[in-house]
Amino acid sequence: MMFEDLRDLYQEVILDRGRHPRNGSRLAAFDVRAKGDNPMCGDRVEVFVAWDDAGKVAKVGFEARGCAISVASADLMADSVAGLSAAEVRDLAGYFATLARKGSADDIPARFAAAIEGLRALAGVHEYPSRVKCATLPWHALVAALDGAGEASSERD
Amino acid sequence: MNSITRPDSLDVAGIRSAFPILAQSVRGKPLVFLDSAASAQKPRVVIDALCRAMETQYANVHRGLHWMSERTTEAYEETRDAVAGLLNAADRHEIIFTRNSTEAINLVAHSYGRGLLKAGDAVVISEMEHHSNIVPWQMLRDDHGVELRVIPVSDVGELDLDAFDACLADGRVRLVAVTHMSNVLGTYTPAGEIVTRAHAAGALVLLDGSQAIVHRRVDVQTIGCDFYVFTGHKLYGPTGIGVLWGRRGLLERMPPFLGGGDMISSVTMERSTWAEVPHKFEAGTPAILEAIGLKAAIGFVEDVGYEAIGRHEQALTQHALARLDEIEGLHIIGAAPDRGGVISFVMDGAHAHDVATLLDRQGIAVRAGHHCAEPLMQRFGIDSTARASFGVYTSLEEVDVLADTLARVREFFK
Repeated sequence: MMFEDLRDLYQEVILDRGRHPRNGSRLAAFDVRAKGDNPMCGDRVEVFVAWDDAGKVAKVGFEARGCAISVASADLMADSVAGLSAAEVRDLAGYFATLARKGSADDIPARFAAAIEGLRALAGVHEYPSRVKCATLPWHALVAALDGAGEASSERD
Repeated sequence: MNSITRPDSLDVAGIRSAFPILAQSVRGKPLVFLDSAASAQKPRVVIDALCRAMETQYANVHRGLHWMSERTTEAYEETRDAVAGLLNAADRHEIIFTRNSTEAINLVAHSYGRGLLKAGDAVVISEMEHHSNIVPWQMLRDDHGVELRVIPVSDVGELDLDAFDACLADGRVRLVAVTHMSNVLGTYTPAGEIVTRAHAAGALVLLDGSQAIVHRRVDVQTIGCDFYVFTGHKLYGPTGIGVLWGRRGLLERMPPFLGGGDMISSVTMERSTWAEVPHKFEAGTPAILEAIGLKAAIGFVEDVGYEAIGRHEQALTQHALARLDEIEGLHIIGAAPDRGGVISFVMDGAHAHDVATLLDRQGIAVRAGHHCAEPLMQRFGIDSTARASFGVYTSLEEVDVLADTLARVREFFK
C-alpha cells in the first residue's frame, strides 16, 4: 500500500505519541526550563524539568508545536530521562543524536540500555536528513535547560 | 467538482519536453514538482544559453577592449533591453541587475531609505509580505528613525484597503512596499488601486513581483508604480540574478548602494564620482552568465505568452482548489477571489512537515514551513502550512496526483 515504506519513520508509537503525548504539558512546578526552536521550519518546543531531592530528573514536561516526529521525540525523551542526573541526560542526548543521524549508536553504556530502547523508534529518522532536526530539537532544548541557557536552536546541528 | 477548462493555447506536453528535469524520477516515481514558487525549473533554452556563453563568448563586461569582452557586454546589455521590454519600462537605464529580489529591496531600503528619507517619515508594508520585504524595512526603522506601518490582511487573505487608507491618512508615508502576489496565499494584490491611493497621499510604491511576474504580464507604466522587483530563478531563469526597476529620476537622486568597480565615473584617493544609472547601482563584476540566462528565460516566457500562461495558471488553480476542497480535514488558507497558482493548506492531525515527507515519498515536491512569512502565519494562527505551487509546466494530471495522494495522507494520519 501507499506509504508502507514510511512505516520505519512513522512507527505506530510515533504516530500515537505525536497525537497523544503523555508528557505534553507544562509542569505545575519545575526547576529549569528552556525553549527550542527551528527557525527554518517553525517548530517550537518548551521543556520543563523538575528535580528530585537526590538531584535527578523527577519529571519532564513540554509544550510543543511541531510535526509528529518532534512531538513524539519530546514525549519519548521525557520518559527516557526520568531518574537520570544532569550529566547522564547530556550523555544520553549525545547517544540519541547519533541514533537519529546514523540509525544506530555503538557502545551505549548498560545504564542507558532501557532509555535507548524506548528511543529506538526514532532511529528511522536517519534516512530523512531534513527531518533529523525535528527529532533532536527537544533534546537541544532539554540540554539548554540543564545549562541554564534558556534557549536552543536546532540550527546548532 | 468544477468543470475543467483545458487551455487550448497551451501545449503542456510540449512545454514539459522543454524542461529536461521533468523526465527525472524521484524515489522510483515520476517527479511531480509543485514547488515552483520557491524556485522554478529551467527550460533547455536557459541551460543552453548558459553553456553556450561559457563555451563561445565569455569575458568580463564593460572593461575589455577585446572581442570577447565586447560580445559578452553586448549579451549582458541585451538582457537589460529584454527586461525593459518585459516590464514595459520607459527607459532601459531604469533596469538594475541585483542578485535577487531580496537584494533589490535592500538596495531601495539602503539607498532610497537612508539617502532620501528622514526620521519621522513612514514606510508602509503589509502583513502578507515575505521576510525579504519586512526585514530590510525593520532595519531602516531601527537605524534611521523611519516609522514602519503595516496593512493588515483580511480573513479571506486580501489587503485591508480601509486600513491602508488609515495608514496613509497623516501624510507622513513616503513609501509603500507591498507584494504583487502573496507567496503563501496566492492572492494578487490590487496594484493599480494601491498606487492610486499611495500617490494621492504623496507616497511612492514598490511592488515585490517575485511571484506575480511568473504568471501575469507586468506593465510598470500602466500600474504606475515607482519601483518593481523580481528574481530570475522563479521566472525559469538562473539563480543569482534579480532585477530592480525604478523610475529614472528617482534612481538618479538616490545615492549608490554598494561601492566598487563598475559603478564609478572617476576615482582619486580623495574622492570618487558615480557612474550614470544603472551602472551606479551595479558595483563589481555582475552575474554575467546569469543575466544571459535570464534573457533566454524571458524569451521562453514571451514565446509561450502571458495570455496562455495566465489561462493555464487559472485552470490549474481552480482545479486544485476544487480537488483539495473535497478532502476532509484539509483546510486551504485564504480565499481571495483574485488568486493564482500558489495554494497553502493545513491538514487536521498532520503537521505540514509530515504531509510533505509523505508526499515526497510519492515523488511529489511541495514546500512545508512558514514560507519566510512568519507574520502571516501568526495572522492565521498557524505555525506552518504545506504549499503547492504551479509553473507553466504543471499539468492538471499532476494536480490530480497531488489531490489523490493527499487523500491517502489524510487516511494515514487519521
